[in-house]
Amino acid sequence: MSLSEQQVTQIAYLARLSLSGDELKDNTQDLNAILGLAEQLGAINTDGIEPMAHPLHMTQRLRADVITEVDQSEVFQSIAPNTGNKHYLVPTVIE
Amino acid sequence: MSIHTKTIAQLSQGLKDKEFSSVEITQHYLDRINKSDLNAFITVTDELAMQQAQAADDKIASGNGGILTGIPYAHKDIFCTKGVKTSAGSKMLDNFISPYDATVSHNLNQADLVMLGKANMDEFAMGSSNENSFYGEVKNPWNKNKIPGGSSGGSAAAVAGGLSCFATGTDTGGSIRQPASLCGITGLKPTYGRISRYGMIAYASSLDQAGPMTKTAEDAAIVLNAMAGFDEKDSTSAEQDVPDYTANLNDSIKGLTIGLPKEFFSEGLDDAVATEVMNAVKEFESMGATVKEISLPNSAYAIPTYYIVAPCECSSNLSRLDGVRYGYRCNDPKDLEDLYLRSRSEGFGAEVKRRIMIGAYALSAGYYDAYYLKAQKTRHLISDDFKKAFKEVDVIMGPVSPTTAFDLGSVKDSVSMYLADIYTLSANLAGLPGMSIPAGFSNKLPVGLQLIGNYWSETKLLNIAHQFQQQTDWHTKTPEEG
Repeated sequence: MSLSEQQVTQIAYLARLSLSGDELKDNTQDLNAILGLAEQLGAINTDGIEPMAHPLHMTQRLRADVITEVDQSEVFQSIAPNTGNKHYLVPTVIE
Repeated sequence: MSIHTKTIAQLSQGLKDKEFSSVEITQHYLDRINKSDLNAFITVTDELAMQQAQAADDKIASGNGGILTGIPYAHKDIFCTKGVKTSAGSKMLDNFISPYDATVSHNLNQADLVMLGKANMDEFAMGSSNENSFYGEVKNPWNKNKIPGGSSGGSAAAVAGGLSCFATGTDTGGSIRQPASLCGITGLKPTYGRISRYGMIAYASSLDQAGPMTKTAEDAAIVLNAMAGFDEKDSTSAEQDVPDYTANLNDSIKGLTIGLPKEFFSEGLDDAVATEVMNAVKEFESMGATVKEISLPNSAYAIPTYYIVAPCECSSNLSRLDGVRYGYRCNDPKDLEDLYLRSRSEGFGAEVKRRIMIGAYALSAGYYDAYYLKAQKTRHLISDDFKKAFKEVDVIMGPVSPTTAFDLGSVKDSVSMYLADIYTLSANLAGLPGMSIPAGFSNKLPVGLQLIGNYWSETKLLNIAHQFQQQTDWHTKTPEEG
């Protein structure tokens, strides 16, 4: 199966990317080539094999439910593109 | 012998013996960086370096210096460094001054090291040639028309080119071992979880692992001692004691059983590379090791498995870069969606976008089972192949890369680039430690030998590599000598 330019546009949108004309053409070609490579996986019998989510099969550690973070909002906001009144500012969403 | 050809062990001795000061060697390296055209650094932190060197000299004078005190190094620009630009090779983070230190950065500061600057790299560590950096390609010190390898290409070029005594790297699919091989240095990717990932900008979190890139195995052991350790800030950090990795370097390797996977010596491997690798294996035999052919039957599937798993994780990890809280924001966004779309489209480079899209597709409803789940199952099979192999052998050896460094700009399509990762990907998928050590030359370009060990066998790998370096002098060759 092969992805169309329309499908690639939709995938890009899902990832919040937009592709210009040439980019779309190139990416459609590339994505199809990469997915072609991935088709090789179909040849392997994985019946009854557990998916491997962690290389060492470790389980998540738990920690005490106490506050460890200190307030660093000023430091973090000092590198933000746009802030005001301790908020991150973006274009108006609701008029 | 010049300052810049000395190892950590030698510089450390020289500092102790007052042959030179840290300020002097730091200045020497900064001068070399200044004159260099390798493009190995994104940021040179000369002022900070001189301050750290002065502090190190004071510490040495007071008799409190450690083995790494005052040693200048290059830090891959994927590790957050407080107050210093941390770009990950991306336009997206070109304006990102990290508000905190990665645990690795913290550990290296605690060891009184001198950071010369932040090393160039493929954008977000995605690439095998260092041609994907927003800051331009890095050149191979052995031949400036060739790639240095990637993604830790700046780190490898800095060490090989005599621009730093050692460097840090990260390895998600070979990004320490492959550039180490192509630049003729020693690189170690430890077991997954050995070194904290906190503050190391994530590409594929279940595969990413940091490690040292050095001139020798002894230096790698010294640096690993400082980098490794449990970190409660990294949920995948291993609660495993850190041994002294230098303690067993001199152990005999008589009786060592080396496994050679037949799949690593088949079609696609350059003849000259194969010859150098086999010569290195023969050297081990003459040192008392025995060689056994083994099979890793699923290793050919490492490429499709990796190029599904890693993009899936990257599409998730990189979703946080949206132009809102930090990093690049497009000019005059007309609404929130436009802000997301344009910030990401303008901020990310071509390869990063490709991998994000592959991941987004492979994780989407209807395709998840066929791609992501299937790849995670195959990953299990690849890992099981190694488990079986390590019942019979102590270490696996083979090539790192199918060829020596190729020409800059010569590989144009993604899939061809991915295929060159064939020998390194499976160690990441299984979470095993791997090394590349200099093992010869072909056409005046370095060839690396790969060692893959069982989980937590870094001590053994370093011992094997060190013993090889006692018998050979490939690791002492520098580009100036040719």
